[in-house]
Amino acid sequence: MLSREIAASIFDRLRRLTSAEEIELLVAGSRSALTRFANNTIHQNMEEESQHISVRVSLGGRTARATTNKYDDESLRRVVQSAEALARVQQEDPDLLPLPTPQEVEANAEGSGAVHVNRYFEETAGLTPQQRAAGVAQMVDIARRYALTCAGIFSSAQVVEGIFNSRGVSDWYEQTLAEVSITMLGDSSSGWQKANAPDVAQLDPARMAEIAAEKTIASRKPVELPPGKYTVILEPSAVLDAVGFMFWDFGGSALLEQRSFLNDRIGTQLFGPNITVWDDVYHPLQCGVPFDGEGMKRHRVKLIENGVVREVTYARSSAMRMKQSPLAGKVGPVIATGHGFSLPNEIGEAPMNIVFAGPVSGEAQPVEQMIASTERGILVTRLWYIREVDPYDKMLTGMTRDGTFLVEDGKIRGGIRNFRFNQSLIPMLQSVEAMSEPVRASGEESMDMVVPAMKVRDFNFTETTKF
Amino acid sequence: MKDIASWALETAKLRGASLAEARIVDERHRALATKNGRIGSAADAESLGIGIRVIADGAFGFAATDNLTREGVEACAARAVDIAKASATVKSQELRMAPEPAHKAEWASPCKIDPFSIPIENNLELLFAIDAALRRNKGVTLAEANMNFRRYEQWFYSTEGSEIHQTVVTSGAGYAAHSYEGTEIQKRSYPNSFGGQYQNRGYELIEELKLLEHAPRVAEEAVALHSAAQCPEGTYDIVLDSSQLSLQIHESIGHPIELDRVLGMEANFAGTSFLTLDKLRTLRYGSEIVNAVADATEAHGPGLGTFAYDDEGVAAQRTPIITNGLFTGYLSSRDTAAAIGATRSGGCLRAESWNRLPIVRMTNVSVLPGDKPLTFEELIASTDRGVLMETNRSWSIDDKRYNFQFGCEIGWEIVGGKRGRMLKNPSYSGITTEFWNSMDAICSRDQWTLWGTPNCGKGQPQQVMGTGHGAAPARFRNIAVGTAYKGSS
Repeated sequence: MLSREIAASIFDRLRRLTSAEEIELLVAGSRSALTRFANNTIHQNMEEESQHISVRVSLGGRTARATTNKYDDESLRRVVQSAEALARVQQEDPDLLPLPTPQEVEANAEGSGAVHVNRYFEETAGLTPQQRAAGVAQMVDIARRYALTCAGIFSSAQVVEGIFNSRGVSDWYEQTLAEVSITMLGDSSSGWQKANAPDVAQLDPARMAEIAAEKTIASRKPVELPPGKYTVILEPSAVLDAVGFMFWDFGGSALLEQRSFLNDRIGTQLFGPNITVWDDVYHPLQCGVPFDGEGMKRHRVKLIENGVVREVTYARSSAMRMKQSPLAGKVGPVIATGHGFSLPNEIGEAPMNIVFAGPVSGEAQPVEQMIASTERGILVTRLWYIREVDPYDKMLTGMTRDGTFLVEDGKIRGGIRNFRFNQSLIPMLQSVEAMSEPVRASGEESMDMVVPAMKVRDFNFTETTKF
Repeated sequence: MKDIASWALETAKLRGASLAEARIVDERHRALATKNGRIGSAADAESLGIGIRVIADGAFGFAATDNLTREGVEACAARAVDIAKASATVKSQELRMAPEPAHKAEWASPCKIDPFSIPIENNLELLFAIDAALRRNKGVTLAEANMNFRRYEQWFYSTEGSEIHQTVVTSGAGYAAHSYEGTEIQKRSYPNSFGGQYQNRGYELIEELKLLEHAPRVAEEAVALHSAAQCPEGTYDIVLDSSQLSLQIHESIGHPIELDRVLGMEANFAGTSFLTLDKLRTLRYGSEIVNAVADATEAHGPGLGTFAYDDEGVAAQRTPIITNGLFTGYLSSRDTAAAIGATRSGGCLRAESWNRLPIVRMTNVSVLPGDKPLTFEELIASTDRGVLMETNRSWSIDDKRYNFQFGCEIGWEIVGGKRGRMLKNPSYSGITTEFWNSMDAICSRDQWTLWGTPNCGKGQPQQVMGTGHGAAPARFRNIAVGTAYKGSS
C-alpha cells in the first residue's frame, strides 16, 4: 500500500505538473479481506488491495477533482489536466475558500477536543485466510450442534487516508478493522449478531454464534400479533440503524439549503431530556479518520443536549456562509468543525462518529432489566430495509428481522412474526423510557455508533409479514 | 491485456487451481452536479485493475489488485488460490459449475455520441439552465441537477479458453426540485427520482430526455404539493406510472428471483427469498396478464443490464421469469444453476468492477407491455375509483421479499375515469404475490420505457450494480393505500 512518504513524493510530482494556483491531494488505500459463508459452507472468499489518488485544483475561484489509481508520469499528467479542464469551464464561485494553511488548521483545532488515537493492530492487519476460515469453522460447529445453518462474514482490513495541499497541510491516518456478522437459521426462525473492532482480539465469534443460535431457538414457530403501537425494547443495532437516518441533516449546508428536518428547530426541545448525543471521533469506542476532506481536525460536537438540538457540523465554507446568512444567530454556534466532505461535493458535511451519552449515573438498564420491567412489549434484535418516508417528520419505514419476541409480564414469551414499522424519529426519541450503557454497535443501514439499547413506548407497527 | 491475464492464469494453474478467470477492467467516470446555482460536483475518475477468481480444492477464491506488474499479478493469483484452499476447509460439498463453451468475442454497447466528447461547458450550461428554470418558481428552496457518464472496458480470460472484450458506455441525468414550507419538505423529480434515468447509451439519451422542457412543471408540482390533500388511507385501485412500476419490479420480482438468495447465499445480508425451489413452475406469481423476463440481450434494449457476456463468460440470454402469471425462471450463474440441476447458467453473474467478485445480479428484469393497445389515458378512463401514483420517494421490503411498502412523490385521485385532485405523500403496501395477482391492466408497447436503476446494492463486501427494468403504466385492484401514515400523530 502507499506509504506517507510515497504519497508525499507523488504530491511533489503533481505540484510540478499543475498550472493551478492551488492543488490538493487525497490518498486512500486499503488491503481488505472477507470470508463469507452460508449453508455452513465458505462460499465466497476474497481479498483486495487497492489505492487511489484524488487531485483537486483551484483556479480563480473554480475547483474540480480527478481521481486515478495509476501513478506513472502520463497518468499523473492526465489526472491534473482532467481536474484543470473541469475547473476552467466553471463560473467563479465567490464562496470558494483558498486551501487551509497549517496555521489555520492548528488554530481551528484549539478547543476541538482532538487527541491522538491509535487504531492500528498488527494482528488484525496480518489475519490470514486460514485464520478467518478457522473462525468460521467455530461458528459452523456451533450451528451444527444446534441443528441450524449459519451464514455470515469474517472480515479484516487495513486502511490509510492522507491529505496534502500546496499551502503546506499534510496529514495521515491508518487503522485496522475486523468484523464478524452471523445469522443462524432454523426452520421457522432466525437470529443475528454483528460486531466490529480495530483489534480482532476484541471479537468473539463463538460467543456471537451462541447468542444468534439462542435467539433462533427462542423465536421458533413465531405467532402473529396484530399491528399497532407497542412498547419496544430495541437492541443497540436496531437503535443505530433507525436514528442514523437523521444525522445527515445535522450539517450547515443542509440548513442553508432548507432540506434538513432541523429547519426552524435548532434550540428547541425536539427530543426527550434523556437524549444527549455527540459527534466524537476520539471516543475510545469510535473509529475513523480524525480530519475532514480539507484537512481540518474534527471537533467533538455536542449535537443534542438533554433533548435540545444545540449545534450542527460545518465545513469551512458552510460556516462562512452561515455566518453571513439570515439564519445566523438562530442555529447555535457556527464554527468550522472539521466535518466537510472532500470538495466539490453535494452534501457539505455531516457527523460521522455518533456517540450517545449514557443515562445519568445509576439509571442505566441492561436489556434484561428492560425486559423484566415490561408488562407487554416487543424485543427487537435488528431493523431492516429502512427508508425515509417523510423528510421533515423524519418518518421512517422498515421491518424487524432475525429475532423479534413478545415480552409479557417481564419475560420473553416467544417469537413473533416480523412487523413493518412506520415511525417518526422525533416522537420516538421523545418516548425513551429506559436506556442501557452505550456500546459500540454496527448495523447495515447506518454508520457504526456508540449507542444504547432503548425501551420506547408507542412504537408504531403498521403491518405484519408472513414469517 | 492478454499477457497480464496469462500471468494470472498460469500462476493459478501452477498453484493447483482447476479453473481460473482473470477480469481486467479499465473504467472512467464523469460526475457533474449543480445545486442552487453552484457546482455540487465536478469530478472525473479512472480505475484500472484485475480480479482473479479461481476454484481450487473444490472451492472458490478471489483476489484483486491494481498492481499490474508481473510480480503484482502473480502474487494476486497465488493469493486467490491460497484463499480458495482456505475456503475448502469449511465446505459441505464440492463446487459444481454448469458447462459453458469457451467464447472469443468483441462487443461494444450502442453509442451514437461519446458522452466524453461533449464539452463540459455544454454539460454545465444545460445543468445550470435547468437549475435556473426550477428556481424561477420562488417556492423551490433547493434545485439539484446531475449528469453522469461512464465508460467501462473489460477483458475476460479463463483457463477454459474464453477471451472476451466488452466496452459499455453509460449515460444518465436527472433533477429534483425541493420545496420547504411550513412543516413540510416536498420534492418532485424528472425523469425519475434518485438521480434520473440511466441507460447503456451515449449522450443521445440526454438529448432525448428533454430535460429543460419539463423543469417548469416539476417546480410547479413541488410547490403545489403543499396545498394538495393528504393521500387518503383505505383500499383503492391504483395506477402506477412506469417509473414507479420499474422499482416495484426491481424489488418484488428482480430480487426474489436471484437464485443465490433462494439457495441461502445472501442470508446474512440481503436475506433469502420466498421463491423456494418447489415454487418453480407451480406458483401463480401474478395474474394472467403478468409476463416478466430477464433479458440481457441487445434486442431488449440498451438497459443497464445489457451485455454480450456476463462476468464468468456466459453468453447473454433471455429467461422467461413469469409467463402468463406462472413463475417460470430464476436469475442464475454457473454454480447456482448446477446446484439445482440446470444444464446451463442464465448468464447473470456480474461484478461492480475489477475489485469485486462477481455474484448473481439482475440484468434487465422487465414486465412486458400489454399485447392489446391501451394508452395511459385509456387506462385512467377505465378506472372508476382509484389513486394514480408517480415517481418513487421511498421503498422498503422484508428480507424474504413478501411485505413491501412504497411511497411516491405525487398522486392524483381518479374518480369516474378522470384524474381529479392532486394528493401528497401517497403510499401503498402489499404482499408480493397478492399484489401481482391483482394486476388487471397494463398499457401497450408505445407506453413502455426501459428504466435504469444505477445503484442496486448487494453482496458482502457490498457492491453496486446497474440494472434495467422495462415497464408500462399498469393498474392494480384493491390495494392498501396510505399505509405509511397509518397511526402517525
